[in-house]
Amino acid sequence: MKVLVPVKRVIDYNVKAKVKADGSGVDLANVKMSMNPFDEIAVEEAIRLKEAGTAEEVIVVSVGVKQAQETLRTALAMGADRAILVVAADDVHNDIEPLAVAKILKAIVDEEQPKLVIAGKQAIDNDMNAAGQMLAALLGWGQATFASELTLDGDAATVTREVDGGLQTITVGLPAIVTADLRLNEPRYASLPNIMKAKKKPLDEKTAADYGVDVSPRLEVVKTTEPPVRSAGIMVESVDELVSKLKEKGVV
Amino acid sequence: MPDMYDNSRPDRYFTEAHQAFRQSLRAFVARDITPNVEAWEAAGHLPRDLYRKAARMGIQGVLFPEEVGGSAGDFFMQVVVTEEMARCGAGGVCASLGSHSIGIPPVVAHGSDALCAAFAVPVIAGEKIAALAVTEPGGGSDVAALRTTAVRDGDHFVVNGEKTFITSGMQADVITVAVRTDPVSRGAGGISFLLVEGDTPGLERRALKKMGWWASDTAHLTFTDCRVPADHLIGVEGQGFRAAMMNFNSERLIIAVQAYSMAQVCYEEALAWARQRRAFGGTLTEQQVIRHKLVDMAARIDAARTLTHDIIWRRMEGLDPLNVHVARTSMAKIQATEAMKFCADQAVQILGGMGFMQGTASERIYREVKVLTIGGGTDEVMRNLAASQLGI
Ligand SMILES: Cc1cc2nc3c(=O)[nH]c(=O)nc-3n(C[C@H](O)[C@H](O)[C@H](O)COP(=O)(O)OP(=O)(O)OC[C@H]3O[C@@H](n4cnc5c(N)ncnc54)[C@H](O)[C@@H]3O)c2cc1C
Ligand SMILES: Cc1cc2nc3c(=O)[nH]c(=O)nc-3n(C[C@H](O)[C@H](O)[C@H](O)COP(=O)(O)OP(=O)(O)OC[C@H]3O[C@@H](n4cnc5c(N)ncnc54)[C@H](O)[C@@H]3O)c2cc1C
Repeated sequence: MKVLVPVKRVIDYNVKAKVKADGSGVDLANVKMSMNPFDEIAVEEAIRLKEAGTAEEVIVVSVGVKQAQETLRTALAMGADRAILVVAADDVHNDIEPLAVAKILKAIVDEEQPKLVIAGKQAIDNDMNAAGQMLAALLGWGQATFASELTLDGDAATVTREVDGGLQTITVGLPAIVTADLRLNEPRYASLPNIMKAKKKPLDEKTAADYGVDVSPRLEVVKTTEPPVRSAGIMVESVDELVSKLKEKGVV
Repeated sequence: MPDMYDNSRPDRYFTEAHQAFRQSLRAFVARDITPNVEAWEAAGHLPRDLYRKAARMGIQGVLFPEEVGGSAGDFFMQVVVTEEMARCGAGGVCASLGSHSIGIPPVVAHGSDALCAAFAVPVIAGEKIAALAVTEPGGGSDVAALRTTAVRDGDHFVVNGEKTFITSGMQADVITVAVRTDPVSRGAGGISFLLVEGDTPGLERRALKKMGWWASDTAHLTFTDCRVPADHLIGVEGQGFRAAMMNFNSERLIIAVQAYSMAQVCYEEALAWARQRRAFGGTLTEQQVIRHKLVDMAARIDAARTLTHDIIWRRMEGLDPLNVHVARTSMAKIQATEAMKFCADQAVQILGGMGFMQGTASERIYREVKVLTIGGGTDEVMRNLAASQLGI
């Protein structure tokens, strides 16, 4: 069984994002970029399936700028077998929208015929939380999103999902799309021997045009602003003072 | 915390693979090492499991050939390991985890295949701990004067003598010991390396208490009629001094890397503190005195780091004659440890009373300056060496 894992190159989660002067988006020039953390979890899960003998091959795909090949190398160094880079933008500020990504992924799924796609539940840059679901719709496959546990049994996947009120366990028939939540696993760090091996693993480079997908944006960003600055707190001397302050503010 | 250096993009020294390993190590150190430093310092040694974990990451085998389980990385890959490991802010952790990097190279370079298989391979796999024992109570700087003897008796050597200040000496399973195999020779000629197993009868070990490096077990070793199989001789009899000296160049470069990296930890801690600490109506970073201190720290770190990288690069490119390389290496060790001394001092000062308290990295690093200006060749010996190599 093949497992396909889409991975996105995003602003590193440790970097404090700065809004561009013209408000058109976040400034990504000379900013550290990394693999979307939820995608790391997805890659880890796929590699574990391979180590357990359930999956034979793990293919990672990234859609975006050419530099996303570093992200793919990271996935290969973690243990994925081969990578496909779909170059769809030449400026790091051109984010490819979820629908275009889903269409490209669908074309790749048609070609590669994986039985399972594991994606991150969302990318931490735009927090769209959409590509996985759209891909499921385009393929007509079942989907299990926000997975915190995944077990495969023959032609079905049992997935524990993190939902608002707690945990929900569902079964989906394969092929299916699973999207990874934070607690699905703890991703491994790439070791030096595996980083060296990754250099020799195949990385195919394609373009969006190869799949006949139009990636021009359908959404318009109206405005991007920095979050409001938190004002300084005050120290209170006693519980009584705390209660009276809260009352003053009208919160209790 | 913004880095003074952009470690995400490749440059002349660090390729994409180097930076990828750096990112991976940074996360590993932050999760598996830094939070445990205080517990390991209290224990006085590292847990064996850490050696296995580090081996799995590729830390232990970074420079060693693939035949013995290494990754055959270039020297800048070792620089990446040393720079990132230092971010835990505990030199003792780096010293003990890295003691095989001085103990095992002679075995791999000059030892028999059987010795390599029995000792180098398990050390690189993190299953065994290695140490190098050169220094004696009678003197460390003057290696050629060492007095521990190994006298041939049938198919064994009988070892007698003492070694001291030996890193990982308490836990080591494999000790590469510099011995005098020719009792007649008094100088460099009669010195050989012998591999002594930690459980050899007649070997006694005593733990030493130190100013710093608490997570590292440092030992005094006494050998009394220790019988060591003759095939544990590493390389050619009488060639040990040369091997020891060759080992020293790499060790000194690594010490330089460790020193400026520890200086960087001090800088980052002091900067973070100064940014949030308020006094006299503003943050400390608003005070010109403090701003200047921080810049002076950054400048010294940058100078030491740039110098060290240049020396390594020129060595890899084969650009310098040996005497120039040795002289610059000696000077880099001095420069980098001075940067560390300066930065530890300034950081403790900027932290104020907190800098005197245990629990800050700067307090610990302040106590770790001296071992780097003494170990691996003292400041004075480095200056003597540089002077002679430069023909002064
Ligand atoms: C924590 C720690 C860990 C260590 N780990 C190891 C280890 O794993 N293996 C190992 O073999 N050794 C180890 N050492 C020993 C270290 O290498 C020696 O301490 C060092 O080489 C200096 O030797 P010494 O202490 O005998 O000092 P000495 O050689 O006695 O020197 C004392 C002083 O005299 C000065 N001096 C000596 N000769 C000259 C000269 N010609 N001109 C001017 N000044 C001179 C020195 O610079 C120094 O200031 C360790 C030391 C420490 C502190
Ligand atoms: C072991 C020990 C025992 C002590 N015992 C006592 C005690 O018994 N009683 C007691 O009351 N206190 C005690 N202290 C506290 C001591 O007096 C303070 O640590 C000292 O006054 C510095 O204050 P601080 O630590 O808050 O540093 P901070 O005031 O935060 O200063 C931090 C750094 O910023 C610098 N700085 C601050 N303001 C400026 C400025 N305007 N311009 C330039 N630089 C500036 C300082 O020089 C320092 O380098 C003790 C401290 C220690 C370490």
